[in-house]
Amino acid sequence: MKTTECLIVGAGPAGMRAAKRLLDVGAEVTLIDRSDMLGGQLTKQTHMFFGSEKQHASKRGIDIMQLMIDEITNHPKLTVINNATVVAMYKDRVVGYVIGEQYHRIQAKAIVLAAGASEKAIPFENNDLPGVYAAGAVQTLMNVYGVKPGHKVLMVGSGNIGLIVTYQLLQADVEVVKLIEAADSIGGYLVHASKIKRLGVDIETNMSVKRAIGKDEVEAAEIWRLDEAWQGIEGTEEIIDCDVICMAVGLAPLTELLQQMGAKIMYVRELGGNVPIIDKDHRTSIERVYACGDMAGIEEASSAMMTGEITGLSAALDLGHAVENYDQEVARLRQELANLRDGPHGEKIRQGLKKLGVLS
Amino acid sequence: MDPNNVIICRCSDVSLQDLYDLFEEGYTTFEELKRIKRVGMGPCQANTCGKMVQWEIAKYFNKPLASVEFHNMRPFTMGVKLNAIKEAADDEE
Repeated sequence: MKTTECLIVGAGPAGMRAAKRLLDVGAEVTLIDRSDMLGGQLTKQTHMFFGSEKQHASKRGIDIMQLMIDEITNHPKLTVINNATVVAMYKDRVVGYVIGEQYHRIQAKAIVLAAGASEKAIPFENNDLPGVYAAGAVQTLMNVYGVKPGHKVLMVGSGNIGLIVTYQLLQADVEVVKLIEAADSIGGYLVHASKIKRLGVDIETNMSVKRAIGKDEVEAAEIWRLDEAWQGIEGTEEIIDCDVICMAVGLAPLTELLQQMGAKIMYVRELGGNVPIIDKDHRTSIERVYACGDMAGIEEASSAMMTGEITGLSAALDLGHAVENYDQEVARLRQELANLRDGPHGEKIRQGLKKLGVLS
Repeated sequence: MDPNNVIICRCSDVSLQDLYDLFEEGYTTFEELKRIKRVGMGPCQANTCGKMVQWEIAKYFNKPLASVEFHNMRPFTMGVKLNAIKEAADDEE
């Protein structure tokens, strides 16, 4: 069986930053990813990022991705395995993955899981009609492959993903008929919401999809108003002329690989659902197995970079590498994370991390 | 709303009505639903339907969402041909 010192699953912002930190202290790293390119979700982030200089604010996601790729590629101690889907993980840190139809195994001294998240869906009538998409799929089609998902879109969900994908649809000359939100207020940043409102997109809160209408594909959507218990109110239905219903209703951490190993998991609504129980240094309940990025709780790409770095450092330390100024570095990273999670928009994350016991 | 037309598990074509019928028959946990109807056993491995199943169980039995147990997860997360496993083992010898 192949062996490696540290296996990192997922080459998104968290995985790449963890790799950089481990390589910096002389560790040998294998980075494995399902896609044919590195970058994870950053491959479709064509918009400029907010936040602080240190997380490359005001640069586009795809450019930040390139910076991170350049930092690690051609490093003599890095092995990249692309187009590889990890399908099995065992307690002795044996990992099974598939390339095409071939199965391979590798054993690692430490494993950093940065597998990201999957998109949530909501149930409504005829939700299996072609034309019902999740927002990530729409982003992949447009921003990675240059394919329009349709002509007239009903966007469901006003978190940052719903708002940003709406803007990107408009940029691609696709009409967004309406954006609806089940809660009583807009979930994402108001700057994003204002931008799409200025471009003429109607945003309505306390609304949800009742059903999709169409024979072989989406031809329209029926939406309705929700009461305080989030139940639809009869008589408030409205028909929206559209050929795409785009769901941007949240993300859930991909914990299945950790669960296969028997790692401890906990339900924390504020972090997106089931999340691994981790300590402050991102150690899971299984020895020398770590979790970071969205997989450890849904946040943003900037926070994923930071948690990736903290994780890379703790894995390096546990593997016996000398990490110069470890305490100062980790303290600095924690402070930057605290800054990112500050303010009203970070409230939910802070609550979630408290439940998890990571924040006091 | 016609629960027959609300698809919860796209991989195994399980509707909301199918879930209601199972609830009535006394199958109340994700693990049981999975064994009877293969909910969550397709290519997505409950990544799409899982949260919806948890939510429907919580709603139907009036339980808090956090108390609804998720199903057990075991290797593999997708179909792997037996021959490929054998070949991997042969190569390692």
